[in-house]
Amino acid sequence: MEIVLAIGIGLFTASGVWLLLRPRTYQVIIGLALLSYAVNLFIFAMAGGGLRVDSPPILAPGGVGDPTAIADPIPQALVLTAIVIGFAMTALFLVVLLAARGRTGTDHVDGREPDR
Amino acid sequence: MPHDTLLLVALLLPFLGSLAAGFLPTHARNAAAVLAGSVAVAGMGITIWLYAMVAEGTPVQFWLSWLPMLGLDFTLRLDGLAWLFAMMIFGIGALVVLYARYYMSREDPVPRFFSFLLAFMGSMIGIVLSGNLIQMVFFWELTSLFSFLLIGYWHHSASARDGARMALTVTGTGGLCLLVGVLLVGRIVGSYDIDQVLESRDLIVQSDLYVPALVLILLGAFTKSAQFPFHFWLPHAMAAPTPVSAYLHSATMVKAGIFLLMRLWPVMSGTDAWFYMVVPAGLVTLLLGAFIAIFQQDLKGLLAYSTISHLGLITLLLGLGSPLAAVAAIFHTLNHAIFKASLFMAAGIIDHETGTRDLRKLSGLYRYMPFTATLAMVAAAAMAGVPLLNGFISKEMFFAEAVADHTGSLLDDSLPYWATLAGVFSVTYSLRFILGVFFGPPPIDLPHRPHEPAHWMRFPIELLVLICLLIGIVPGLTVGPVLATAVKGLLDATPPYYSLALWHGFNLPLMMSLIAMAGGVVLYLGLRRYLESGIEGPPILRDFKGQRIFEKVLATLSWQWARAGENALGTRRLQPQMRIVISLAVVAALAPFLANGAVGTGNMPGTPLPPAFALLWLIGGACALGAAYQAKYHRFAALVLVGGAGLVTCITFVWLSAPDLAVTQLLVEIVTTVLLLLGLRWLPKRIEEVYPTRPPLKVLLRRYVDITIACALGGVMAFLAYCLMTRPLTESVSRFFVERAYSEGGGTNIINVILVDFRGFDTMGEIVVLCLAALTVFALLRRFRPAPESIRTPEQQRIQNAYDEASPDRSPGDTVADYMLIPRLIMHWLFPVIAVMAVYLFMRGHDLPGGGFAAGITLSIAFVVQYMASGARWVEDHLRVLPLRWMGLGLLTSCATGVGSWWFGYPFLTSHFQYVELPLIGKMPAASALLFDLGVFALVVGATVLILIALAHQSLRSSRAAQVNEGGD
Repeated sequence: MEIVLAIGIGLFTASGVWLLLRPRTYQVIIGLALLSYAVNLFIFAMAGGGLRVDSPPILAPGGVGDPTAIADPIPQALVLTAIVIGFAMTALFLVVLLAARGRTGTDHVDGREPDR
Repeated sequence: MPHDTLLLVALLLPFLGSLAAGFLPTHARNAAAVLAGSVAVAGMGITIWLYAMVAEGTPVQFWLSWLPMLGLDFTLRLDGLAWLFAMMIFGIGALVVLYARYYMSREDPVPRFFSFLLAFMGSMIGIVLSGNLIQMVFFWELTSLFSFLLIGYWHHSASARDGARMALTVTGTGGLCLLVGVLLVGRIVGSYDIDQVLESRDLIVQSDLYVPALVLILLGAFTKSAQFPFHFWLPHAMAAPTPVSAYLHSATMVKAGIFLLMRLWPVMSGTDAWFYMVVPAGLVTLLLGAFIAIFQQDLKGLLAYSTISHLGLITLLLGLGSPLAAVAAIFHTLNHAIFKASLFMAAGIIDHETGTRDLRKLSGLYRYMPFTATLAMVAAAAMAGVPLLNGFISKEMFFAEAVADHTGSLLDDSLPYWATLAGVFSVTYSLRFILGVFFGPPPIDLPHRPHEPAHWMRFPIELLVLICLLIGIVPGLTVGPVLATAVKGLLDATPPYYSLALWHGFNLPLMMSLIAMAGGVVLYLGLRRYLESGIEGPPILRDFKGQRIFEKVLATLSWQWARAGENALGTRRLQPQMRIVISLAVVAALAPFLANGAVGTGNMPGTPLPPAFALLWLIGGACALGAAYQAKYHRFAALVLVGGAGLVTCITFVWLSAPDLAVTQLLVEIVTTVLLLLGLRWLPKRIEEVYPTRPPLKVLLRRYVDITIACALGGVMAFLAYCLMTRPLTESVSRFFVERAYSEGGGTNIINVILVDFRGFDTMGEIVVLCLAALTVFALLRRFRPAPESIRTPEQQRIQNAYDEASPDRSPGDTVADYMLIPRLIMHWLFPVIAVMAVYLFMRGHDLPGGGFAAGITLSIAFVVQYMASGARWVEDHLRVLPLRWMGLGLLTSCATGVGSWWFGYPFLTSHFQYVELPLIGKMPAASALLFDLGVFALVVGATVLILIALAHQSLRSSRAAQVNEGGD
C-alpha cells in the first residue's frame, strides 16, 4: 500500500508542478489544487505508526486512548486545517485571476501576452 | 514618587509631549512651544531633583523585566555622566524651544517641528539613561531617525532633503555597525547590562573579539560625532532650521557619539588599538575641521566645521586614555555645548534679521544690533579660548594633556605642536566670525534692514553667555561639583587630581595659549585678502569633497550595481521565478539526505495492498495526468479530472482511517468545484494552438525543462513519502493528545478535540485567515471589471431568449424560468434536509467525525444549491442571506469563548466540559469547546457563502451591463 500511495503522491506532485510552471492562470490554479492534494496526502502519510486501516482516531467513550492502537491524530488535524485553508487560497487566487484577466485582458500569468 | 519611577517619567515625557504636539492644529505655534517648553523644563526639574542621589555616587536605577530568557531587561540608569548629559539635553533643549518659538515663521507647521524636536529629545535622553547596551542602540537609531525628520523639516527645499538623507545614511549605517559591535561586547561579557559590562574590563580587552568590537563601536561613534572621514554629513545638515542646528550640533546628536566613547571609555580605552584608532581620527578631525572652518563663507558652515573640529578635540582627548584627559573631555563637552549653542542661535538671529548668512554680504552689523553683537563676541571668544571664559579652561587642560607623555610614540610627542596649530586656527575662524559680521563698513544690499531681535529670542543667548562667563571666572564654585560627579560616573576608580583654577602659574600650556592667540591674529591678517576674494572653501582642499564621494558611492551601490544585479538576476516574468523556487525546493529537500547518506527505505513491514486500492490510485494518477494535459485547452475537462483526483484523495482518507478528513475533503471538493465553475464563465476563449505546426525549439526546450523539474520534484516527493512511511517515527506529542482527549477534552473524536480544545488558538488563527480571504474576495469583486468579450449573455441563454421572443405566447425569460423545473423543486426541498445534516454533523462533532468546519461547509452547500436551482434573484427574494453577519457573529462567538475563560481565571481559550441530561436527546456533552466550534461553524458558513455569492453576483451585474450596452446599440 505504501508504494502505491507514494507513487500517487509523486504523480500528483509532478502534475501539479508542471501546471504551476505553465503560462495560463487557469493552469496554475488547477496545478495548485493538485499540489495541495499531494502535500495533504504527504503530511497525512507522516503518521507515526505508519498507515492504518480500520482504526480511526476515535476513542471508546470513557476510556484513556491507546496511542498504539489507533491512527496518529496529529497529521490528520494538520491536514484538516490545510484543506480549509486550501479552499480559501483557491478562492482568493481565482478572484485575483479573474480581476487580473478583466484588467489586463489576458489570462497570462505575467499580465500580458509574451512577445513572439 | 520614588526616584526610579521619576527616571521613567523623564524618559516618557518627551515622547508623550511629541505625540500631543503632533495632534495640535497646524498653526498652533504658541501652544506647541508652551508644551515643548514645559516638557523640557519638567525634565530638567526631575534631573535636578535627582542630583542629590547621583552626587552620592550611587546611580539611580529603574528596572523592568523584559526578555529575561535572553538576559534582556529594560533598565534606566542615571549616574554622574548621564546626569550631566541629561542636563544639557533638557536645559539647552528648553532654551532652543524658547528660541524656536520666535525663530520659526508663522507659516511653518510649527507643532510638527516641536513634535519632532521632543521625540528627538526623548531619544537622546534614552541614550544617556539606558542601562542596557541594546536599549542604548535602539534609542541611538531613534535619534538618527528623528534628526532625519528635523533636518528635512523644510522638505520643500532640495538641500534640506539631501542633507537629511545624507545624515540618516551615514549615522544609520554607523548605528548598524554599533549594533554589531555591541552584540560582540555582549557576547564577550555575557550580558548587555552596562553595570556588568563596566566591571569586565579585563575580559573585554583580552578577548579575541576586542578589536572587531572596538572597530565597529568606533564606526558608530565616529559617524555620529562627525569624525574624519565621516564628517561630511554635518555641514550639509545645516539646511535644517537654525534651532535644530543649535540643538543637534551643540548639545545632542553629535554628542551622542562622544557619550558612547565616554560610556565605554573605562572598559575599552588604554590599549594600543584604542590609542591608534581614536587619537589620529580625533587629531585629523580637529585640524581639518578648524582649517576648513576658516574658509567658509556661510556663517552656519563656519560653525559647522568648527563643531567638527571641537568634536575632534574631544575625541582626541578620549583617545589619549589618561583619566585627566577624560576629565578634560567631559569639561570641554559641556563648554562646547554652551558656547556653540549660543553661537548657532546668534547666527540664526543674524540670518533672521538680515535675510542672509553669507559672510561676503554681512558686515558692520554692530551698529544695528550692538547687544546681539556683544553676546556673539563673548561666545566666539569662548570658542577661541580667551581667558576668563569657559573655553579657556578646558583648552588649557587640553594643552596640558597634549604636552603630557602617554605612549611615548612619535604621534604622542608631536601632539603639542598639532594642538597649538589647532588653537591658531580656532582663533582665526573666531576672529573671522566676529570681525566679518559685526565690524567693517555698513552692509549693502541686504534682503532686510537689520535690527535687534525680539527680547525673548535673545534671552537664551544671554543666559548661555552668562554661564560661559560664570564658568570662566569662578569655575570651582559653578561647574566644579557637577564636573566632579560626572567624572565619578565616568571613571570607575577614584578621580585623578585636577584643578579648575584660572591661574596655574606661567607654564607651558599658557605659553601655547598665548602663541595660539598671537598666531591666530597673524594668520587672520595674512589670509584677509584671500578671504575677501569671496572664494568658497580652502585652497587645495576644496576640491576634495566628501559629499561627492558619498554621492558617487551611493549612485554606484544603489543605482548602477542594483540595476546591473536586476538585469543579471531579476525578471518580471513569473515562470522563471517559479522554476528557480521549485528547483531550489528540490535541492533543499534532497541535500540533507545526500549529505548524511541516510538515503534508503526503512524496514517497517508494509501494509498489504488490496487490489481495489491499486485500482483507485490508477484512476487517481490518470486523473492528475489528464488534468495536467487538459488544463490549457479543455478547462471543463480539467476541472472534472481534478475533481476525480480529489475524490481519490477523499477515498484514500476513508480507507486509511481518517474519516474527518474524508468528510471535510468531500465537502470542500464540492464547494471548490462550484467555485471554479462560476469562474470559468469569465475566462477568455481558449486560444487555438499558437504554433500551428511545431513549436519553436526554444519553447520545446522550455517544456522539457519544466517536465524535468516536475518529474524531479514528483520523484523526490514519492521517494521521501515512501522512506518515511516505511520507518517508525519517533515518539511525538500524539500520545499526549490520545491519552487526554477524553479525560481532559471531554470528547472521543481526537481530531475535533485537538482542533477546538488543545490547539484551539491555531484554529482561531485559521478561521481568521478564512475570514480575511473571504473579505478580500468580496472586496476584489466589488471593483470587478470583466473583460469586454465576457460581458455578453451566455450563448444558451441567448438562444432561449430568442425562442421566447419569437413565440407570440411567451414572454422573454419564460424558458429560463421553466428550465429544469423538477430538479429545481427537489433542490428547494433539499434545503432543510441539508441543514439538518449540518446540525447533525455539528452536534456529533466532538465525539464522532464531523465538527464545525464540516457542518459549516454543509450548510453553505445548502445555500448554494438554492442559488444554483433558482438564480440569485429568486433566492434573495425568498431568503435573507447575510454572510457578513454570519462571519462577524462566528468570529465574535469564538473570541468570546476564548475570553470567557479569563472570567474564571484561566488562560485564553481554556475549555471546560461536562455532560448534561437533555429531555428526549439524552446525555449530551456540553463543553465550552462546543461554543467555540459554533463560532467556527458560523464563520465557515458566512465565509463560504460570501465567496460563492460574490462570484455568482457578477453574472447579474454583467447582464445588466450587457443590457445597457445592447440598448445603446
